[in-house]
Amino acid sequence: MTNDLIHATAAELAAKIHSGEVSSVEVTQAHLDRIAETDGKVHAFLHVDTEGALAQARRVDEAVKAGEQVSPLAGVPLALKDVMTTEGVPTTVGSKILEGWIPPYDATVTRKLKEAGVVILGKTNMDEFAMGSSTENSAYGPTHNPWDLERIPGGSGGGSSAALAALQAPLAIGTDTGGSIRQPGAVTGTVGVKPTYGGVSRYGLVAFSSSLDQAGPCARTVLDAALLHEVIAGYDHMDSTSINAPVPPVVAAAREGLSGDLSGLRIGVVTQFSGEGYQQGVARSFEAAVSQLKELGAEIADVSCPSFDYALPAYYLIAPSECSSNLARFDAMRYGLRVGDDGTRSTEEVMSLTREAGFGPEVKRRIMIGTYALSSGYYDAYYGSAQKVRTLITQDFAKAFENFDVLISPTTPTTAFKIGERANDPMAMYKADLCTIPANLAGTPAMSVPSGLSDEDGMPVGLQIMAPALQDHRMYRVAAAYEAARGAFGGPSL
Amino acid sequence: MTSLVELMDYDEVIEKYDPVLGLEVHVELHTNTKMFCGCANAFGGEPNTNTCPTCLGLPGSLPVVNGKAVESAMRIGLALNCEIAEWCRFARKNYFYPDMPKNFQTSQYDEPIAFNGWLDVTLDDGEVIRVEIERAHMEEDTGKSLHVGGATGRIHGAEHSLLDYNRAGVPLIEIVTKMIPGTKERAPEVARAYVTALRDLLKALDVSDVRMDQGSLRCDANVSLSPKTTGALGTRTETKNVNSLRSVERAVRFEMTRQAAVLESGGEVIQETRHFDESSGTTSPGRKKETAEDYRYFPEPDLVPIAPSREWVEELRLTLPELPWERRARIQKDWNLTDEVLRDLVNANALDVIIATVEAGAKPDEARSWWVSYLAQQANSKGIELTDLAITAAQVARVIELVNAGTLTNKLAREVVNGVLEGEGSPDDVIEKRGLKVVSDDSALEKAVDEALAAQPDVAQKIRDGKVQAAGAIVGAVMKATKGQADAARVREIVLARCS
Ligand SMILES: [Zn+2]
Repeated sequence: MTNDLIHATAAELAAKIHSGEVSSVEVTQAHLDRIAETDGKVHAFLHVDTEGALAQARRVDEAVKAGEQVSPLAGVPLALKDVMTTEGVPTTVGSKILEGWIPPYDATVTRKLKEAGVVILGKTNMDEFAMGSSTENSAYGPTHNPWDLERIPGGSGGGSSAALAALQAPLAIGTDTGGSIRQPGAVTGTVGVKPTYGGVSRYGLVAFSSSLDQAGPCARTVLDAALLHEVIAGYDHMDSTSINAPVPPVVAAAREGLSGDLSGLRIGVVTQFSGEGYQQGVARSFEAAVSQLKELGAEIADVSCPSFDYALPAYYLIAPSECSSNLARFDAMRYGLRVGDDGTRSTEEVMSLTREAGFGPEVKRRIMIGTYALSSGYYDAYYGSAQKVRTLITQDFAKAFENFDVLISPTTPTTAFKIGERANDPMAMYKADLCTIPANLAGTPAMSVPSGLSDEDGMPVGLQIMAPALQDHRMYRVAAAYEAARGAFGGPSL
Repeated sequence: MTSLVELMDYDEVIEKYDPVLGLEVHVELHTNTKMFCGCANAFGGEPNTNTCPTCLGLPGSLPVVNGKAVESAMRIGLALNCEIAEWCRFARKNYFYPDMPKNFQTSQYDEPIAFNGWLDVTLDDGEVIRVEIERAHMEEDTGKSLHVGGATGRIHGAEHSLLDYNRAGVPLIEIVTKMIPGTKERAPEVARAYVTALRDLLKALDVSDVRMDQGSLRCDANVSLSPKTTGALGTRTETKNVNSLRSVERAVRFEMTRQAAVLESGGEVIQETRHFDESSGTTSPGRKKETAEDYRYFPEPDLVPIAPSREWVEELRLTLPELPWERRARIQKDWNLTDEVLRDLVNANALDVIIATVEAGAKPDEARSWWVSYLAQQANSKGIELTDLAITAAQVARVIELVNAGTLTNKLAREVVNGVLEGEGSPDDVIEKRGLKVVSDDSALEKAVDEALAAQPDVAQKIRDGKVQAAGAIVGAVMKATKGQADAARVREIVLARCS
């Protein structure tokens, strides 16, 4: 029974809970047990909120028993990335500088989850302040990929994706600034979606790079991701960059896709994302996916987006610039870590000592890059030029979408690498986000859906699907159709 | 530390240099809520009670622009004859300071909401000069630090500091003039007149309390000297902590004489921020910065651009109230004032309070008489502005009403005003507390008259004999006995009646 519950999809669990076949408490307990059993090896969670989860499960069970109409995912457990504030529950963002901070307020995403009856199991591990592609930059130790514990689970949201792959939760929330949902999804064999920028409120999402950060759903199936997408998306007056438009009909699109017919759909293959640096197994998995999409009736052709070549350098100016400002508030004055306040030191010294002790090396590296890029005399050459590249990338997308309904590429150039392998080579680490960054710069939606396992190392590979802004449903339709055609590809054994 | 500065004689300064002014005024808007969150915009209060995740800069919080503040900024821009931006953004000004919760200030940088305007300023002698406005932009205020222990209340030497974020995020408008050249010996006066005119304008717009003493209007005065021999632009200093109109004038004058002395001795004026000291009337250098401040401005990514439609701008233009100079022209005509009288009233800063007193029911002559004589004397003796007296126009109107009704004599009325100024409450409260009503009860007065007549039988006899002028002595005695609370005319009537 427990085994069935942890293998089930969110949609299946919701149906069983709402019909009274199982209780949410049973489902929640089964996942809590799974976490207790496996997280010593995986380390997906930074904080497990057993009491809060069971209390929410009981509330849903009572509502079901009372015959109340509950929302579609009520009673289903979820793993929440530790970047979202949770009232009364620790939020560290993977950093020592926020160790012990208990937020006094819920992020909008947290509030929507609670209101929808979703059971939040706890907070998942991440690269410090979402800066990284491996979760090795967490101040609380790395997360391990359930497929191979020696390997990274991707990042920054490695905890959320590893929790899904380890069957610790059927649903998770991630945030994606340059690929932090999609790349972990790809390397753990799970689904990860970065919605259109502004589609999901950023209120309560501890900012890394405000103009790029976007929260989104993570799941093991496309339909589950769509169901979660509809829970968390929508206009929020607390976020000025939130889009005041109807939520794209992603659940309907996912169901439509499951019928398996993509005839007439035009798919562009981005030529910039292939060739040198792309692992053979990844390339072969991608080619197989292209053939399957053709069989489903899609018309597929190559498309060139030349400015995508400059996406990575532009990203590594914009994101650090914004982060250098966003992270200035961590100064020991109001919350979090305080170091050196012994009555003899000045405010500036305490600020400086706290930031020295509280931030890890990658965070410091990016704060320094960003501070430099914004400084007077360099602004135009760095931040200014990067913004121009951003415009060019947006134009390349727009041009490509004149001829194609969606664009595809591998999600990452390689499968999961070994823990420690790239730790001392930031450039190699940054390249993990090569294919995912353009969508963040353009604010357009993109997702990763598993395309099976690489034939050389047996590790999962992801197919990236990109759509125009506010057309999130297009990619869900393609992903669901492809997922059905692809079939099962097994899972990790823990 | 501060070496004594030898100042140059003012006339000599003017002979050798042309002063160039620049004025930056910060105005706190009195909107109901803060600039970027829903917290109450309230002065004072228990520390850190008007705060929320956004104005405390908690991780994850986001700003949302206060539409009312944008509207106020646009109205200020329009009243200052500015162009209103068709599209503008907020920017982040990055620097570390404990009273700034995010360690950046959300402000506007190269895209202000209003720009290229002017304000006509009338000097004491009636001359009008046009001050060009560079820009008016929106930003947020910081919190306040309270330094505990140590002698000065400043951070140096303090034992610890307390932070109050009630003011953090309060909407501010910064209004910056272009360089104001050519004011010569009148530079200090021009500076004061500009801030005065701006304050009156902002008051008429009803966008701010404009209290310099409370910090809701703050002025930074930039001064430089250009040698007449070369005409080259001088290095400017920026003087802060100028907390009254008078201080604006004094600070500019001091800086002119100080800078001239520095130049005369072969030194160089250092570009720096200086601090005005109200008691000594001097300026001193602010805290030395080790490196030049680089604020690393960039567009605020948490906010979307503001693009006011032209329809909206024109709607707001129609809502502009009668502006101070328009009002002055109307009042001069209605009350039939000469240019000179009007100018005196304006210079004494009395016109608005007189108008308000008239609006509260008093006649123009009566209102004028109170404000330019007794109340002006009180303000003068306290060394404060007329408008800073602790009495409202409505209260003055009430006193006038009571005098006209015969409830107060002029002498009693002054006592009532004194009571109000001393914080004893409204005029009616003061009358009640001090027992200051005119004694109009005839039987009480008759009793007092009889007692006075009995005490001075010889005077009484003279009155009975027809020497009416002798009644004065009895009236005086009665007034003394009633501590001046009787109506002297009525007392005289009773005396004469008793002796007839
Ligand atoms: Zn607030």
